[in-house]
Amino acid sequence: MSKLLEVNDLSVHFHTRNGVVRAVDGVSFSVEAGKTTAIIGESGSGKSVACYSLLGLIPKPPGKIESGSAQFEGQDLLQLSENELRKIRGKGISIIFQDPMTSLNPFLKVGTQLIEPLQLHFGMSKQEAWERATEVLEEVGIQDAAKRMHSWPFEFSGGMRQRVVIAMALITEPQIIIADEPTTALDVTVQAQILKLLKDLQEKRDIGVVFISHDLSVVADIADEIVVMQQGKFVEKGSRDDIFQNAQHPYTKKLLEAVPTSQKAEVDNSKAELVQVEGLTTQFSGNGEIVKAVNDVSFAIQRNEILGLVGESGSGKSTLGRSILRLLRPHAGSVKFDDTEMTQLEGKALKDMRRRMQMIFQDPYASLNPRMTVYDTLAEPLLLHSIVDRKNLDQEIFKLMDSVGLARESILRYPHEFSGGQRQRIAIGRAIATKPEFIVADEPVSALDVTIQSQILDLLLELVSEFDLTMLFISHDLGVVRYLADRILVMHQGELVESGTTNQVMNFPQQSYTQRLLQAIPGKSLAVNS
Amino acid sequence: MWRFLTWRLLQAIPVILAVITITFFLVRAAPGGPFSTEKAVHPQVQAALEAQYRLDQPMIQQYLSYLGDLVQGDLGPSFNFPGRSVNELIFSGLPITAELGLYAMLVAVLIGGLAGVFAALKPNSLQDYVPMSLSMIGICMPSFLLGPLLVLIFGIWLDWLPISGWGNSPGDKVLPSITLGAMYAGYIARLSRSGMLEVLSADYLRTARAKGLPERVVIAKHALRGGLLPVITFLGPAFAGLLSGSFVVETVFQIPGLGRFYIQAAFNRDYTMILGTTTFLAALIVFFNLLSDVIAAWLNPRLRYQFKKAS
Amino acid sequence: MEMPKGVSLWEDASVRLRKNKLAMCGLVFLVVMVLLCLITPWIVPYGYEEQDLRLGASAPSAAHWLGTDIFGRDMLTRILYGGRVSLFVGFIATFVALIIGVTYGAIAGYAGGKVDSIMMRLVDIMYALPFMIFIVLLMVVFGRNLVLLFMAIGAVEWLTMARIVRGQVQNLKQQEFVEAAVSIGQSPFAIIWKHLIPNALGPVIVYTTLTIPNVMLLEAFLSFLGLGIQPPSSSWGLLISYGVESMEEYPWLLIFPGVALALTLFALNFLGDGLRDALDPKASRD
Repeated sequence: MSKLLEVNDLSVHFHTRNGVVRAVDGVSFSVEAGKTTAIIGESGSGKSVACYSLLGLIPKPPGKIESGSAQFEGQDLLQLSENELRKIRGKGISIIFQDPMTSLNPFLKVGTQLIEPLQLHFGMSKQEAWERATEVLEEVGIQDAAKRMHSWPFEFSGGMRQRVVIAMALITEPQIIIADEPTTALDVTVQAQILKLLKDLQEKRDIGVVFISHDLSVVADIADEIVVMQQGKFVEKGSRDDIFQNAQHPYTKKLLEAVPTSQKAEVDNSKAELVQVEGLTTQFSGNGEIVKAVNDVSFAIQRNEILGLVGESGSGKSTLGRSILRLLRPHAGSVKFDDTEMTQLEGKALKDMRRRMQMIFQDPYASLNPRMTVYDTLAEPLLLHSIVDRKNLDQEIFKLMDSVGLARESILRYPHEFSGGQRQRIAIGRAIATKPEFIVADEPVSALDVTIQSQILDLLLELVSEFDLTMLFISHDLGVVRYLADRILVMHQGELVESGTTNQVMNFPQQSYTQRLLQAIPGKSLAVNS
Repeated sequence: MWRFLTWRLLQAIPVILAVITITFFLVRAAPGGPFSTEKAVHPQVQAALEAQYRLDQPMIQQYLSYLGDLVQGDLGPSFNFPGRSVNELIFSGLPITAELGLYAMLVAVLIGGLAGVFAALKPNSLQDYVPMSLSMIGICMPSFLLGPLLVLIFGIWLDWLPISGWGNSPGDKVLPSITLGAMYAGYIARLSRSGMLEVLSADYLRTARAKGLPERVVIAKHALRGGLLPVITFLGPAFAGLLSGSFVVETVFQIPGLGRFYIQAAFNRDYTMILGTTTFLAALIVFFNLLSDVIAAWLNPRLRYQFKKAS
Repeated sequence: MEMPKGVSLWEDASVRLRKNKLAMCGLVFLVVMVLLCLITPWIVPYGYEEQDLRLGASAPSAAHWLGTDIFGRDMLTRILYGGRVSLFVGFIATFVALIIGVTYGAIAGYAGGKVDSIMMRLVDIMYALPFMIFIVLLMVVFGRNLVLLFMAIGAVEWLTMARIVRGQVQNLKQQEFVEAAVSIGQSPFAIIWKHLIPNALGPVIVYTTLTIPNVMLLEAFLSFLGLGIQPPSSSWGLLISYGVESMEEYPWLLIFPGVALALTLFALNFLGDGLRDALDPKASRD
């Protein structure tokens, strides 16, 4: 099989004021026609830079290609001038970018943007190009394509936009497509559709795909060859089965272990109920419309269980979590916490209840006050609820830092001096400071790299058993939920569609929506293998 | 779109009404104003005033009759120029001020816009520093200082250009236009620079480059529209600034425009003239704010779409 | 136990600011200018009204560094005295705008909902008013009154401040760390004091610095037209307008006060830009 693209020993450095950053350091990979090469790495591993630099799409300076070669159609891409490269961009090699919401020009109609490569590379007339673009738009599954050509990007949903972006990449029938995390910004069911579309088109046209991703489970379903990168360095390369079944490098093993594939063991569920939610409705009004984000939801959370709450974006799962904690005021229904009605509490009574229930937020960059040190952040709840007196404050804070795995030396540091995972540890420390009984964790790991994710998940499991916590764990990621939840609730468009033990929901889903959701989970081949 | 326009026009009405009301009662409150009977006034004017404002009636009645005249476009008689109406005076000065404003606006938009875009294309280089330093000078050099300095250098020392007048000798429109436009050129340069910088780092420009488009197409077709949007929104306030700036520039260069009339009226305490001009200028400013908002909305497909859908 | 100290965002910003040469020049210039103007009565050898009619308007010399005006009054003395008024107006009027704007904006932003939309609609309407013309009108109708001038200028400049603060507060209110403070049971007062204000302060400082030159410009503009500061008081705007009258014969009477005003405005603008870059490195300059 002939190689379409062969990259050898590629090094790209950024020369900044603070020294040289070795973004890509001696990386090699190749792509064959009709096959997919996946480049895997966590954020900052240089996987995108490596691909963009092939087409001269990194800012130079500060970026500089230090060494390497990239053979494509008998020429070395790295030696080409900007003008020569331009003839390859969008014609021989196209790129699909990560975020479909920002990668289309909001000021130009979709059609205008689609025909550009045709006019540019094939010298087509506007009318010819328009007709061709309409066909391609139809091919990627956009209905009523002729009419949609005249639409603006914002008139499309995220998934539909990504289809437009794919159409734009395909329109010149390139030999190679570089797909840079093309589904990361999308919901899981949409992700499955887009991956299938990509695969179908690739087979039909015999295109070589370079698929950049941080998500091993996504890659497991589609890759033929996998390249692993870490901090700019090449780690390991091999066929999919090689990598998944006998990875050599410890980093690759760590990545594989971090994918939560196991399922929590069943426990008896005959415990007392801590939280009872009855007919809860929370609505928002805006633009003259009333949206019921949570619509007549009833369920109970048992003491010491981890209840997983699953749903796609906009399903109302965060709103539900916040309504239980009274961070939002529900419009109807009741929430009983340890037999106390929460919805009507005010003042001192509410404050006392807040001590017993806490929240961990999704974004550790936004959930910590940037002007407060770790000490300030952790001292605030301790002093507010008189958990300790000032004399013992320091000791208590050190104890908290120990339990969430933060080094004591960092007590006087500010949030911006920590990495995302450490920040989430601070946020967890704040949540357990008041010794609460109940914690709502709202997507606490979705903003983190995969190896960090598994550390934080394990920390949460540890804390739950150590402090006898009850937890409502909100996530869009069924794999993560399966890993630590005892029972699962599934939410769709503000309503509860299914509930049951993890085993029931994951293996014997009753509702069609749950079934669709489960089918869309990437990495099924991985689960079979392990 | 029509819905948006009507909505914005409706919003403008309370503003203009507020201007008229405040101005009317401020002038009424002035000691020795035109409406105080003890002040010696030209009999012709006194008669006209009494006829128009029914000075014997309560103040609110006078206010309403003033509004009534206003709706018919009548701003009343001048206080200092017996026999002439405020309307006549305004429309004798307006064409000159309008022309001056137009040239100044051209100076501001063309020079400022070009400088800003140019600077944004190569940030933190000489190509950025030079135009941006010049724009800072433009902003920090008020027209009442820049005007005389330009006169001193180009009119008196070098003797290249006339130092006063408007349309009387060739080239006498150059210095006033530059003086008035310079500060706004500075602002627009900064606005368009930051707007372009933001757009230039946007993901969709990377998409455009990845298609293989040449850089000039990337800039001209994909970047400019979004990058210059903030400038369009600024044009309304800039217009208001130009109008008040014209007070100074017309005084410095002795140009018989609206601004000079206004300042003269202010010094002569020609209250009816002040009242009329304020109302007129305010309406003009509100109108231009409206216009720049409408243009900005028109250039932004998202807003356009929302209003289309809503109507 | 001694723990390594973290670098707060303020320290971070001050390091960045100190690296910005233009901003630091601006800061030094301003400090020197303010000090000079403050101690003027004790350092200059000439009185503010001291005339030397024999001298008339004389070019800069060893006795009079910046020359004398047509009455033989020392220009350096007059410029420094004028600076006292110009800077005083600049700082006080900005302070007025700051107090009104921050209070108004913070209330609107924190209250949200209907209160917010009514308060901000009011600001929108006031934005559309032609204030420059009103100020001229005020000065004409009520005479040239310094207090009135402050009030009028402050009344114009607070609008933008209110918008900035309101936007900040509204943005911060949705941040998860504020929600976290609510969820641990913190009181609204403590949330505003500990979590909102320290985080909203940066843009307020920046905008305050940029408001001062605007106010000084406004004052100079009015004084130039003869509608602001009245003799025997003096300000840079007024000195410039005198300078214009005789600029053909005695250009230094225009140039020196002009340079004083322009340099001060420069310094303030550079400092403001520098502060913006330092306090919010992500925000683009405009």
